[in-house]
Amino acid sequence: RHGKIRLKKWFHFFSDKEKASLTTDLTTLILSRKRAMCNVLEHGEHKAFKLRINFFLNHARYASLYFAAGIDCEENELYVLEVIHRYVQLLDEFFGNVCELDIIYNFDKAYYVLDELVLAGELQEPGKKSVITHKRI
Amino acid sequence: MPYYRLKDLIKAIRACKTAADERAVIQKESAAIRTSFKEENNDARHSNVAKLLYIHMLGYPAHFGQIECLKLVASNRFADKRLGYLGIMLLLDENQEVLTLVTNSLKNDMNHSNMYIVGLALCTLGNISSPEMARDLCAEVEKLLGSSNTYIRKKAALCAMRIIRKVPDLQENFLNRAKNNLNDRNHGVLLTAITLIIEMCYKNPETVQTFRKTVPLLVRHLKTLVSAGFSQEHDVTGVTDPFLQVKILRLLRILGKGDAEASEAMNDILAQVATNTESSKNVGNSILYETVQTIMEIQSENTNAVQRHRNIILDCLRDGDISIRRRALELSFALINESNVRVLTRELLAFLEVADNEFKQGMTTKICLAADRFAPNKRWHIDTVLRVLKLAGNFVREEILSNFIRLVSQTTELNAYTAQKLYASLKSDISQESLTLAGVWVIGEYGDILIKGGNFEEEELVKEVTESDVIDLLESILAGPYANQVTREYVLTALMKLTSRFTSISSIQRIQAYIEKYNTSIEVEVQQRAVEYSNLFKFESIRPAVLERMPIPEVKEEVVRQTEDTGSLLDDIGPVTATTATPQNAKNDIMNLFSSGSLLDDIDPVTATTAAPLNAKNDIMNLFSPGPTTPTTAPVAPTQNAQQTNALDSLGLLGLGDQYVAYNKNGFKVSLNPSKDPNNSNILNIEVTFHNVGVGVTVQNLLFQAAVPKTQKLQMQPPSSTSILPGATAQQTIRVANPQKSNVRLRLRIVYSTPTGAKVDEIAEFNGFPQEIW
Repeated sequence: RHGKIRLKKWFHFFSDKEKASLTTDLTTLILSRKRAMCNVLEHGEHKAFKLRINFFLNHARYASLYFAAGIDCEENELYVLEVIHRYVQLLDEFFGNVCELDIIYNFDKAYYVLDELVLAGELQEPGKKSVITHKRI
Repeated sequence: MPYYRLKDLIKAIRACKTAADERAVIQKESAAIRTSFKEENNDARHSNVAKLLYIHMLGYPAHFGQIECLKLVASNRFADKRLGYLGIMLLLDENQEVLTLVTNSLKNDMNHSNMYIVGLALCTLGNISSPEMARDLCAEVEKLLGSSNTYIRKKAALCAMRIIRKVPDLQENFLNRAKNNLNDRNHGVLLTAITLIIEMCYKNPETVQTFRKTVPLLVRHLKTLVSAGFSQEHDVTGVTDPFLQVKILRLLRILGKGDAEASEAMNDILAQVATNTESSKNVGNSILYETVQTIMEIQSENTNAVQRHRNIILDCLRDGDISIRRRALELSFALINESNVRVLTRELLAFLEVADNEFKQGMTTKICLAADRFAPNKRWHIDTVLRVLKLAGNFVREEILSNFIRLVSQTTELNAYTAQKLYASLKSDISQESLTLAGVWVIGEYGDILIKGGNFEEEELVKEVTESDVIDLLESILAGPYANQVTREYVLTALMKLTSRFTSISSIQRIQAYIEKYNTSIEVEVQQRAVEYSNLFKFESIRPAVLERMPIPEVKEEVVRQTEDTGSLLDDIGPVTATTATPQNAKNDIMNLFSSGSLLDDIDPVTATTAAPLNAKNDIMNLFSPGPTTPTTAPVAPTQNAQQTNALDSLGLLGLGDQYVAYNKNGFKVSLNPSKDPNNSNILNIEVTFHNVGVGVTVQNLLFQAAVPKTQKLQMQPPSSTSILPGATAQQTIRVANPQKSNVRLRLRIVYSTPTGAKVDEIAEFNGFPQEIW
């Protein structure tokens, strides 16, 4: 089964229809990417907000799991790539050698870790240990 | 039968083989959950909500769980609260009224003694707050931003950022606390404080002033990070806290833009970061990317400092990452000045060779522009443009080509050199369209010089070029696979010109035979030319006179619009008549208000440039076909470089006389100084002066347009400058031909923009000239 969403978080308001269409667009885009292709994609103007949403992929590093972040054109894409990388590292530490099943069965915990790392769409804690310490409570 | 535990539900759903199965399971479970909610089963609530969230994530409706989440939030257990807030964040959004019910819980939880609960509340508010909630809870967040607990402080900062996004007016409340947080040692607090300040600066330019004083502090922080030793907590593959570095760089960019003092303070650290950061991994690259962007934004204030980084930037041109390459390219162009033009152009040409096609067109335009402005001598200029044509001739815009042709004809001393070089390049490669067109035109014009000179000054063999060699080349182009209609038109004209440049009868007969072949071409324009040229052979007496050397076009201010397509002039060589100039004028609707397509009136400096070379080529066509002669769009004044001089000097006028204020708004004043032309009493010369009296910032991209009544004609020189610093002025001369001695009225359009982003586009009327003036 391809293209199942295991985790998603919206930091910007979109209507349900927009959310659905963005999600399907993203899924199609990701599934059609090949290994060597670039990690950064531009998706196009979003009518309501005039954001150019870059869909961001980070594939081939995390086995069959894809992590994507949608950002606007002002944002530094490489920075976001690092944030994604940090999130995966945290999940790894939290679950101990994380695999997809861990995220499926413990999606709530995965969300809690994300909430410690990112707030309102911005990184809140650059240190490695702090996030995990606070989460283990 | 409902599944009691989340784990079991998930297992069951995953075990379904088909979508229909899955739907069935989920519907059954949803119903069970709904019943359980109705029964107010407190113990099972947690588990039910968790299951509901899973179902929601799969894409099924789950709105009936919203109120349940609220109930969970009201509970005293931490786990319940956490799940409840998670549910709220997933199921609700800022536009739903249910959200306001959460406000009270949020307020209570923000005052809780348990910092994690406070954290939960801040997290929820920060992620989905609506404007009303933002207003309600602003005071709480403000208090928490000053808390002694770092965990709370950093979350409060980001929450404040969200509040400002929703309600920009509330910014003042957070200013002081944000500033204080900049002194913190905790990276998380520092990071979030900087993020908050960045948002504040985006929303309100005045805040930028307030925070400029913090630049030294930020520089210090950055320095510590760059020169710090290894830190276990913050290290990412060898780089200390890249996240914080990137954020500091972003804030420095905002603060340094447009302020020389701030830019100066950060130059050194920028250089240090750029040189010391390793670019082999993404971490380093992300920092480098931010650095380059920062340098680019502030460099306009202090080019010398950035020259230091020139080498780095040139290296970036070869970086693997395309976004870095793109930025480095823009930066390189901005850096070119008289002293480094040769070196930089060489590098850029090398890059042009390997660049992706998307870059090529922009690059060719910019390289040629830079060559235009900074060329140390003509020969280098011609060489550079030639090289560009050879490397990327298919991506060269028409204006560049016509500028090049104008340059060649003006540089009479190098005609032989240019002709030979073009001949040589064409012999080796006829695939680049612009190169072919330029080459064919030059060979046609200067064919005699080419034969006479006869020798190449190249490093390689010195070859003689004979008439038949040239004709062979032109014929091969005509017959080749790259020829299109435009190329054919050019070659036919060139061949025709050669009949008066070459002397041997056999060559002329060869050409005549070749041209006659095209008498039956299906392309109308080509056929027309071929037939007319063939007919010209019958008029032996006037033929040489007709095909004489082209007059040298005048030097004009080169303003190449980068965004708009000013219409493909070269393609329009076909339709002969004067209407070629009007498509440009159609854009100036003001002009159409007064004049009905009369061409002399409305010459923008831009359109004047593009129309002139067209006329140069059209001259031959006009001699053949009857019809209105193309009006010259050249100004009556003798040639000069309009960029520098005040055009009034050439008209022999003294600019004394009365100043009439035509427009005075927002600190920008336009005054007119009219005087009669001593040579022609029907002509009124008006010197327009633009005063930046009280705009406060530099006026940029100034565009001044004017229109006169139908009975008069208007001619405009380019302005002395399109950028006016505060307190400075700029001038522009316009001439009004008034043969009927009617009232000289002007409708003016003033367009400019400022660095703060304001755009002004105003129309004014002026009818204040006294009668004796006209």
